Amino acid sequence: MTAGSGRQPGRVRPYSLTGGRTRSGHVLLVETFVASLEPPDGRFDPAPGGPGARMLPEIRAIIELCRRMRSVAEVSAMLKIPLGVVRVLLSDLADQGKIRVYGTGRGPGQPDRALLERVLSGLRRL
Amino acid sequence: MDSAGSDTIPTTTVVPPPRVSGIPGAGIPGAEEVLQSWQTDRSRAPIAIKVVIAGGFGVGKTTFVGAVSEITPLQTEALMTRASEDIDDLTATPDKLTTTVAMDFGRITLENDLVLYLFGTPGQHRFWFMWDDLMRGAIGAVVMADTRRLEDSFPALDYFESLGLPYVVAVNHFEGAPLYRPEDMRNALSVADGVPVVHMDARRRITVVDALLALVRHAVDLAPE
Repeated sequence: MTAGSGRQPGRVRPYSLTGGRTRSGHVLLVETFVASLEPPDGRFDPAPGGPGARMLPEIRAIIELCRRMRSVAEVSAMLKIPLGVVRVLLSDLADQGKIRVYGTGRGPGQPDRALLERVLSGLRRL
Repeated sequence: MDSAGSDTIPTTTVVPPPRVSGIPGAGIPGAEEVLQSWQTDRSRAPIAIKVVIAGGFGVGKTTFVGAVSEITPLQTEALMTRASEDIDDLTATPDKLTTTVAMDFGRITLENDLVLYLFGTPGQHRFWFMWDDLMRGAIGAVVMADTRRLEDSFPALDYFESLGLPYVVAVNHFEGAPLYRPEDMRNALSVADGVPVVHMDARRRITVVDALLALVRHAVDLAPE
């Protein structure tokens, strides 16, 4: 999908997901962190009338929202875009270099003992 | 009481109620969140970890999440196709090919580089397709039970038991509902001996934290050395 090319957005094309992995290989679990990558020349400036105005509204909204670190679930909830759709859009944006997928900061599978101990300590401080 | 927030959308649209807590910015729907420092540092992301809160309609999942979350609980949606609806009654109209399932979630920054997400998810069989995805990498699940409708928690118990995932049973005590001893609850729910059963009040933050602690301790016990 290219902004302004007139092609239909990802929300209407068929998509498939397996275990949070999109077709292009990004692992986008609900808690995976993403953030926008600052364009060097401000091309993605979403201001009305700017070049960014040619983007789909959803794409613009995602890039704007992700100026802060966000989880996939937060993007879905705050923009009211269903999870599956938001994953496809984020995956496309990552392929285009507009957002960075940070992941979850840990390996796949269940959390290990050391991490669980850290979570325990954190909960005890609440 | 639970809102309808973590169940099928067509029932109602939910605005999270304001809650009383010591968390700045909480309870004001739409208010700008209180920024955590990790949110503005795009050079690195914290470690993200999650817990799933499962249980029947109205059991208190949204209240549970809201009691500890640093943000007003948010709601995300997943689309469900008819093919996923195999066992339970079909609430979708005959011409509707997909229906929407909502999940409420909250967030707790435990350390500046460690963020815990809590996902409340509906407990009926027809939502199992979501749980497989949701449970990937999760610490485990808190299965909430209401003593007046114990059977509502059976599907979630079956699911987590069959997958061997860490889970605890949190009996949410509603006013006027009978209070049973934990061992009686364990028998009534056919929960294995090693699985913690805790009593709680989802409106009380301290008991919610205790339920989470019970789950994480249990997960530590089950984790390989």
